[in-house]
Amino acid sequence: MATSSLQRGINAFVEQIDGPVATFFTSCVHCGLCADACLFYTETQDPQYTPIHKLAPLRRVWQQEYTFWGKLMSRLGLGKPVTDAELAAWEPLVYDSCTLCGRCSLACPVGNDIAYMVRKMREGMVASGHAPEGLKNATRRAIETGSPMGVNLNTLLAHIKHAEKETGLSVPLDKQGADYLMVLSSAEIAEYSEIIPAVTRIFHQAGVSWTMASDGFEGTNSGIQIGSSDLAAELLGRIVQAAERLKVKYVISPECGHAYTALRWEGPNLIGRPYGFQVIHIIELLDQLRSEGRLRTEGVDVTRMTFHDPCQMVRRGGVIEQPRNLLNMVAPNFVEMPDAGIQNWCCGGGGGVSAIARAEPLRIKVFSRKKAQLDAIGADTIVTSCSNCRSMLQDGLEHNHMDINVVGLTELIAEHLAPAAK
Amino acid sequence: MNPQELLYWVRGTGLQIAAAVFVSGMSYRMLHLVLLGRKKSLATPRGSEWRSGLRTIWRRSLVMPELTARGRFTVTAGSLFHLGFFITLLFLSQHIDVLRAILGFGWPALPRGVIDITAILSIAALIALLAHRFMDPVKRLLSDFQDYLSWTLTFLPLLTGFMLLRGIGFDYLTLLILHTLSIELLLVVAPFTKLAHMLSIFAARWYNGAIAGFKGVKV
Amino acid sequence: MKDHDTLEHRLAEQGISRRSFLKFCAAMASLMALPPGSATAIAAALAQAKRPSVIWLSFQECTGCTESLTRSHSPTLESLIFDMISLDYHHTLQAASGFAAEKSRDDAMKEYYGKYLLLVDGSIPTKNGGAYSTIAGRSNLDLLQEAAKGAAAIVAVGTCAAFGGLPMARPNPTGAVAVSDLIKDKPIINISGCPPIPAVITGVLAHYLTFGELPALDELGRPKAFYAETIHDRCYRRPFYDQGKFAKTFDDEGARNGWCLYELGCKGPTTRNACTTTKWNGGAGFPIEAGHGCLGCSEPNFWDAGSFYTPLSAPTADITTVAKIAAVAGVGAAVALGALDRAKKRQAQQAHEKLTVKDL
Repeated sequence: MATSSLQRGINAFVEQIDGPVATFFTSCVHCGLCADACLFYTETQDPQYTPIHKLAPLRRVWQQEYTFWGKLMSRLGLGKPVTDAELAAWEPLVYDSCTLCGRCSLACPVGNDIAYMVRKMREGMVASGHAPEGLKNATRRAIETGSPMGVNLNTLLAHIKHAEKETGLSVPLDKQGADYLMVLSSAEIAEYSEIIPAVTRIFHQAGVSWTMASDGFEGTNSGIQIGSSDLAAELLGRIVQAAERLKVKYVISPECGHAYTALRWEGPNLIGRPYGFQVIHIIELLDQLRSEGRLRTEGVDVTRMTFHDPCQMVRRGGVIEQPRNLLNMVAPNFVEMPDAGIQNWCCGGGGGVSAIARAEPLRIKVFSRKKAQLDAIGADTIVTSCSNCRSMLQDGLEHNHMDINVVGLTELIAEHLAPAAK
Repeated sequence: MNPQELLYWVRGTGLQIAAAVFVSGMSYRMLHLVLLGRKKSLATPRGSEWRSGLRTIWRRSLVMPELTARGRFTVTAGSLFHLGFFITLLFLSQHIDVLRAILGFGWPALPRGVIDITAILSIAALIALLAHRFMDPVKRLLSDFQDYLSWTLTFLPLLTGFMLLRGIGFDYLTLLILHTLSIELLLVVAPFTKLAHMLSIFAARWYNGAIAGFKGVKV
Repeated sequence: MKDHDTLEHRLAEQGISRRSFLKFCAAMASLMALPPGSATAIAAALAQAKRPSVIWLSFQECTGCTESLTRSHSPTLESLIFDMISLDYHHTLQAASGFAAEKSRDDAMKEYYGKYLLLVDGSIPTKNGGAYSTIAGRSNLDLLQEAAKGAAAIVAVGTCAAFGGLPMARPNPTGAVAVSDLIKDKPIINISGCPPIPAVITGVLAHYLTFGELPALDELGRPKAFYAETIHDRCYRRPFYDQGKFAKTFDDEGARNGWCLYELGCKGPTTRNACTTTKWNGGAGFPIEAGHGCLGCSEPNFWDAGSFYTPLSAPTADITTVAKIAAVAGVGAAVALGALDRAKKRQAQQAHEKLTVKDL
């Protein structure tokens, strides 16, 4: 029968512990350098936000289940088992104060990939029932309605109609045998729907054979954020099904951080088999088109412009140079912020944090890090490639009364597309 | 047992016991960790896991995000300690004599004067690190009994070794016994504490680099 | 035979001038670092001294201690002491033999009961009732216990008598022990060394004859005047140790340059003796000066302290084989326990209940 929540959670921990996790816990020397890399610590100076500290219950389970002394102590009744109350206490640490940004994983001198472990710890947290209400609701909505924000096919169709009118071009939907399947994120559909006409125009100019899918247009993966591979697989499965039904060669991952992590890196492992298609980030594709000469722009944006590196795309995703190549085409006054590239600081809202209402004060507070980066260069415009980052940046700038424009990279390129040859 | 007999024992049976526990403990732990395994990713790699993993082993000592003052202190003191410790351990003639007896080969030593400096540096760094561990809020939260035990076990050989070289406090025979015993204690306990990082760090850094390298990220 | 005239007369008869005698007393005083007026005090005391009876018992020994004492290159300064004592029994030096020699000892012990000085060299075997070393049909064990009863004090000459020495080395087939292991109720002074430095023996005797008591002793019963410092602390090659310059083989550049012999097994740091200051062969030198490391011969168990050529820091047992076996054992344990852990993980994976929205 159904096991107790705590048992289920502990079981998930035991499942999740692998060679790397065991090695990481063995190697940790309690140096605390990970705290220096985490904006939740640096901006609050609260030691409980030290990344490795967020993993304390998982570490105890590892010790008690997988080490000689731990097992001995447990058998002698001297072990301290992880309690439900503890997991409850750790919930805000594991979810509210961690975006899985992975900066700590770069900083650890012994080489611990702490974000890797937080992701695994969430499997046990959600299985034991200890996930934040806001994230649970978002995930429920995603599973039941197809989108964590409640965006449905009708909304999409309305935006598509609008885009077709605006661009005078057709937006392919459910087109069999197209090369590329464009996936979107709820945030884009809801807030930044300009993305649809943008890609329509770009693909038209570049001669890209593409389509969207009515049964697989949502890339955001709340399952990853809440930390349940089961739920993540279900959400991802919809895209995979659609892509394989339409027999596309590529699935384009949208401007959404965790959508890329889900599609590109975790996906095949979630569904247990390789895909019948390849995954490419929209920015990767645009850069590829640029290098092939198929993407032509004209005019520039002379504002002092900088790029915010979305964590899941850049540091945890590997799409690092491509946005800069594209910006070089249209931004003569481009300037990198301090720590740009894989060491950039998180916007504070990724990994599910933006869905957690109670985390808002903390998220706003830690925006001071991004503010400091921006103050250092005095930028007028921030460009980014993740709709959640975009939303978080706008939020943070507003709170800090900073007059900086936030722009999506794909839209920026689309705005400067050279007119089609007659 | 008179002191001469005790010295003979710590250099003989005592060292054998310590070596047996250390080698079996470390080889057990290192292999045991890795045997838990790592599921091979079914995603398409963008880069090489192995090359990135190997590169991270040495790169992680040099390349890190920019740090705050407290972070810089930890890295500086930690690096000085490790550097001083390894130079003292590996390049003092008397130590090379031990290693030659065990490994079958030796190597040139550094002048005694250099080792005097590296020993003092590592002792000072270790003391500074302990002070910081008491004072820094992050380290205070993270630290447990094992941290203080490991510190003590690491400090004692350095302290007794320095006293032995310079003839401080006790006579040579007593200090040689204490120094050898302190090392044996360290060896016996090390595999079961965070000191195991002396070997596991290679695997941990490799995993870190491999996971990133798979995605084409250079860490 | 038993001439107990004063020493002054005896010396004069032998043609030893008062000047030579005073020089000897001054040398003794300075050797033992006694205060300035002591030379005169020693001279005055010794001059009037009645020659005390000294009985020398030789047990499981090689006679090296006697050789050391009597073999001196400059005539008589060390052997001078024999003119200050009445050596009533000594296997090597006595003229008598057989029953006559034994009677000589018995008579001395009876006549000077409670007053004679007992010198012992060689260890005492105890296994099988002490049968391994007998004199005139009596075991050394027996002889020692009898002689100790009437002794004023006992001087254990040489490492064998002081600590057991060579016969006691592993596996100690004769059950050899030191004098102090058997006699607990008499003052004992250990003059260790294999052999001891001649001047140390004579210095101790001179001290006893002058002051009527044994000099200050360390925790091993050795006179502090000669055994307080280690060879290492007074070694003339110490600067090379401190610089890290060592000879690595017996005829390499370091050896020829006179560098420290630590890496060739010198036990100087853990050995206390007067070799570096008093030296040997009338001050000609000592082993390290000759290019060979100190054997540690004045310390207990020096035959069982590992090879004479293994440096003090190096192990005295085989570590390599132990390490190899331990590595195999560790790998075996890892494979076995690793299999158990993998099974546990698999079990957890099988017990996984798929998470659905209902669980949220």
